[in-house]
Amino acid sequence: MSRRSQPFLIPVAALALIAAACGDDDDSAATTAETSAVETTEAPATTEPGVAGDTTVFAATSLTDAFTEVGDAFSAAYPDATATFSFDGSSALVQQIIQGAPADVFASADMANMTKLTDADLNGTEPEIFATNLLTIIVAPGNPLGITGVADLTDPAIKVVTCAAEVPCGNYADQIFAAAGVTVTPVSLEQNVGGVRTKVVEGEADAGIVYVTDVIAAGDAAEMVEIPADINVVAQYPIATVAASTDQAVDEAFIDFLAGPDGRAILADYGFGAP
Amino acid sequence: MTETAPARPVAVRHRRVGQERLPVAAMILAGTAIAFFALPFLGLLWRAPWGDAWSILTSDSALTALRLSLWCSLWATGAAALFGVPLAWLLARVSFPGRGLVRALCTLSMVLPPVVAGVALFYALGRRGLVGQYLDRWFGFTLPFTTTGVIVAQTFVAMPFLVLTVESALRQLDTRFEDAARTLGASRWYVFRRVTLPAIRPGLIAGAVLAWARALGEFGATITFAGNFPGRTQTMPLAIYLTNEGNPDEAVVLSLVLIAVSFGVLVALRDRFLGGGHPPTT
Repeated sequence: MSRRSQPFLIPVAALALIAAACGDDDDSAATTAETSAVETTEAPATTEPGVAGDTTVFAATSLTDAFTEVGDAFSAAYPDATATFSFDGSSALVQQIIQGAPADVFASADMANMTKLTDADLNGTEPEIFATNLLTIIVAPGNPLGITGVADLTDPAIKVVTCAAEVPCGNYADQIFAAAGVTVTPVSLEQNVGGVRTKVVEGEADAGIVYVTDVIAAGDAAEMVEIPADINVVAQYPIATVAASTDQAVDEAFIDFLAGPDGRAILADYGFGAP
Repeated sequence: MTETAPARPVAVRHRRVGQERLPVAAMILAGTAIAFFALPFLGLLWRAPWGDAWSILTSDSALTALRLSLWCSLWATGAAALFGVPLAWLLARVSFPGRGLVRALCTLSMVLPPVVAGVALFYALGRRGLVGQYLDRWFGFTLPFTTTGVIVAQTFVAMPFLVLTVESALRQLDTRFEDAARTLGASRWYVFRRVTLPAIRPGLIAGAVLAWARALGEFGATITFAGNFPGRTQTMPLAIYLTNEGNPDEAVVLSLVLIAVSFGVLVALRDRFLGGGHPPTT
């Protein structure tokens, strides 16, 4: 039955917890920092045939599934080499790299964010286009609202989500709406394309603008309503090494592998087009 | 309610405040801590684009986000007080089986990563959520993507700060005044409003300020549960996160505004309420 007074430290502890609770954004950066630290010790200068070491690839969210598989195939082809990935919106990633995040390779979903890297003179190799993608409308399985095209998305009863304009998929969505001559007011502007996909797959939103590859990756959980070619955008995916990378050999081996027959086949499986 | 507490000694608290001298090592460590807190803010000030600051500050997007942030955080604080004070009262004064578990449950959202809180809210109150599906089906009402959704997310993560602070104040309170009022015939509500609440006012204000600060800074739960749209769900932290990707200058200015608002409130209230926290009159 005792309820003795507690010390009045609780507000102080609470303040400490605010700080703790706010710290979760940095997790991915911390993990990549570890992997790159390993890389420097593990990557001796190797001779031509043996590619060894780890490359940390910062890649657009839409590449998540395809690159994960490419990474496995890359390790299978070069047993001493690995690729570690950090996926997010291209705009967030390039910002992290400019701030010194330990990326070795950057794969963007548009040229605009790659240009931020080259403008800052932080790229190693020149950017090259390795894949293309198309935009599409993602809806729930069976398309319960009978959406036929972007014109339907102007209906205020339909909850539409797109990416924010800073992120490539948001920029592309704006271009498509402009080309179609419609004004769409989304209920939310997500910070990467994964957010749009999740909101539709989980039924929180009715429709979203995503990449064709996202709908393919969603499998039975979503369906696509195609956007006609005359108003659609062909998203170009450039890739380049980051100048600060200490082992360009393994970075370039990854890019070559990606652009080679094995990489291209995996990308095609996930719905990406050839450049 | 079992008020069996015997008269307890009044804690000696005012002894030697402000007259102690710290060992040098402690002074160095404390100084390092102060620098550690000050440096990031100096970094922002150093990076700030002072020439453009005013035009960024008065831009529509900045004002919209600031207005929404203040509006939502104040509502969240109000909601936290409305529900949190009775909850603290219950936890502090009523013994029931599993009280420790209930307290842990009600303060869990404080230690959870906010994104987890957002995902959890999503599956509870979202359109397909455990409860949310009925809100949608029966009332055509959904929380995600609405300003109310922001307030709900903020309340969820902020209320524990108020509950813990108020509960602690209630436990420290000398219950003899309440007992006296009761013996004079006052009802429980009357005693709570006229005796208890005024006595714990500093704790209540401290808790409300902490909850408000947490709500104002809330990011993860908001963006996960309520989405991001200017004027509706895009609060300052969300605006800062996104503008930092496109326009870092604007992000820095918005950050400074948020810091200035929070710091101003903390400074204004701190000495009076956050420092001591015990009833000013004995």
